[in-house]
Amino acid sequence: MISEKSKQTIDKWIAKYPKGQQQSAVMEALKLSQIDNGGYLDKKCIEAVADYLDMSVISVAEVATFYENYNHKPVAKYTVRFCHNISCMLNGADNLIDYLEAKINAEKLGELVQVKKVECLGACVGAPMCQINDDYFENLNEQKINEIISGLK
Amino acid sequence: MNEVCFKTIDQDNPHTLATYKKNGGYQIWREILAGKWTPEKIIDELKTSGLRGRGGAGFPTGLKWSFMPRNQAGQKFVVCNSDEGEPGTCKDRDILRFNPHAVIEGMAIGGFVMGATVGYNYIRGEFKEPFYRFEAALAQAYELGLLGKNIHGSGMSFDLYSHLGAGAYICGEETALLESIEGKKGQPRFKPPFPANVGLFGKPTTINNTESFASVPSILSHGGQWFADLGVKNSGGVKLFSVTGHVQKPANFEVPMGIPFKDLLKMAGGVRSGRTLKAVIPGGSSTPVLTAEVAMNMTMDYDSIEHAGSMLGAGSVIVMDDSTCMVKALTRLAHFYYDESCGQCTPCREGTGWLYRILKRIIDGNGKAADIDLLLSVQDKIIGNTICALGDAAAMPVESFLRHFRDEFDHYIKHGKSIIEVKNSGENIK
Ligand SMILES: Cc1cc2nc3c(=O)[nH]c(=O)nc-3n(C[C@H](O)[C@H](O)[C@H](O)COP(=O)(O)O)c2cc1C
Ligand code: FES
Repeated sequence: MISEKSKQTIDKWIAKYPKGQQQSAVMEALKLSQIDNGGYLDKKCIEAVADYLDMSVISVAEVATFYENYNHKPVAKYTVRFCHNISCMLNGADNLIDYLEAKINAEKLGELVQVKKVECLGACVGAPMCQINDDYFENLNEQKINEIISGLK
Repeated sequence: MNEVCFKTIDQDNPHTLATYKKNGGYQIWREILAGKWTPEKIIDELKTSGLRGRGGAGFPTGLKWSFMPRNQAGQKFVVCNSDEGEPGTCKDRDILRFNPHAVIEGMAIGGFVMGATVGYNYIRGEFKEPFYRFEAALAQAYELGLLGKNIHGSGMSFDLYSHLGAGAYICGEETALLESIEGKKGQPRFKPPFPANVGLFGKPTTINNTESFASVPSILSHGGQWFADLGVKNSGGVKLFSVTGHVQKPANFEVPMGIPFKDLLKMAGGVRSGRTLKAVIPGGSSTPVLTAEVAMNMTMDYDSIEHAGSMLGAGSVIVMDDSTCMVKALTRLAHFYYDESCGQCTPCREGTGWLYRILKRIIDGNGKAADIDLLLSVQDKIIGNTICALGDAAAMPVESFLRHFRDEFDHYIKHGKSIIEVKNSGENIK
């Protein structure tokens, strides 16, 4: 599934690459299709991308499963990608992740927010940190987590 | 401090074209368009400058640029590596956010030297804010007519585009990155052929790190010798160091190569109060760990860190104080490589899994005495047996952690718990 609006964006990406190399736009096409489909990719999305970029379905499926930013199951409205790698771990990320998960459970926010432990997000000077959908949140502590979560609707 | 890539960082609106120009930005590019430079002269200045690749491997940039068959007919490419994903590394993000025009100018200069009229900046998928900053800067550069076809009637063309990743550390490896731009899984290619001969879409390609490209305009405007003199022998210039972990004020610092580690630590506010320094990973998670004593006596340049037993890498200094359990720290790193191995080479795919699982069972209290030797034997079987350096990167920390902190591993295996955590909790150590 790809919306007309997404097709226009994909066309802009295709124009960045040499003629005949429209496959280079596959990563963006999958991201857009994922948004159009409500946050995850299903077989129809992969087929639509393959069709639009004139690729084989298996080549698109390979990309969709190789990279981490694609989902293959429905997701909550907000995904908290919490870094648990070394610099964040040294700054207490593990305890904060436990805290956040307990809070989501206690407040029954599981359908709104989901938490995923991820590797270094390249913002280690702001450890501990997480990414919620597109945005980075750095120098986290329990109080900041409370504020951020209460701001999510 | 902050003389090159971070030149604009303390100014208002550091990322804008106006600020960049106020600091001499695009001067060199304009001179090139006016015919005042030759590729040979630029390569000479870069060689004099001692600039070495800031992506981690430290290969001399001037030499790399001289390898491109610039006069060969047909399309050639320059590619910037902004995939920054090595744990502890977070400098390219700030270059893109605060000085994106330096990257653009550096890449345009590269295009001129390499005879390439098209460039791509590969930005990691999670970097949304840096991506929008870079895109905005690109739009400004196009608006001013500094990029595009037949720029200012010079007969020269350079088109620059960003490409976004989608979450895969391996795409920081240069040939995996090329595969990724081509719309494939990011699996490294066999080398040779090197990208300078067969690169993106099969064409000659030069790949450099964001910081390498962003350093070029300043080097050319002040001269290669100026840059070389900022640093020390074999390590020219200034470098961004990301100081993270157990320090009071974690930050990126652009300082001269050769600065004593202890001064850099002081700039970051020192270790947390009441704590003492225990260990330092000087160049990002792939580089061997050093003890406090060794680190406190080294200077931050390629030779000194190598002499100390590690590598400067990407300048990602991870500081650990005496509260750190080294068994847990290593387990976390092992998990990273296990997660990020692309799965192409058996020693790496299987070996990283073995390393992680053995360490995991140790921290779960199920370690066996033979596990230490097993770890050493697994890491030894990975090193040198893979297509790309991810395997080595996964293996090297293991040996160094075991060499310097063997007693912690032995204790964990024997007692099923961390000697450090026991100490921290005030329990008596038996
Ligand atoms: C597993 C792996 C990951 C890498 N990740 C990066 C990265 O995120 N950024 C980078 O610039 N170089 C990275 N490199 C190094 C690149 O392969 C390449 O050497 C570098 O981009 C060349 O640019 P430079 O000469 O300017 O350093 C990585 C290498 C390996 C083996
Ligand atoms: S280790 Fe958490 S952002 Fe780098």
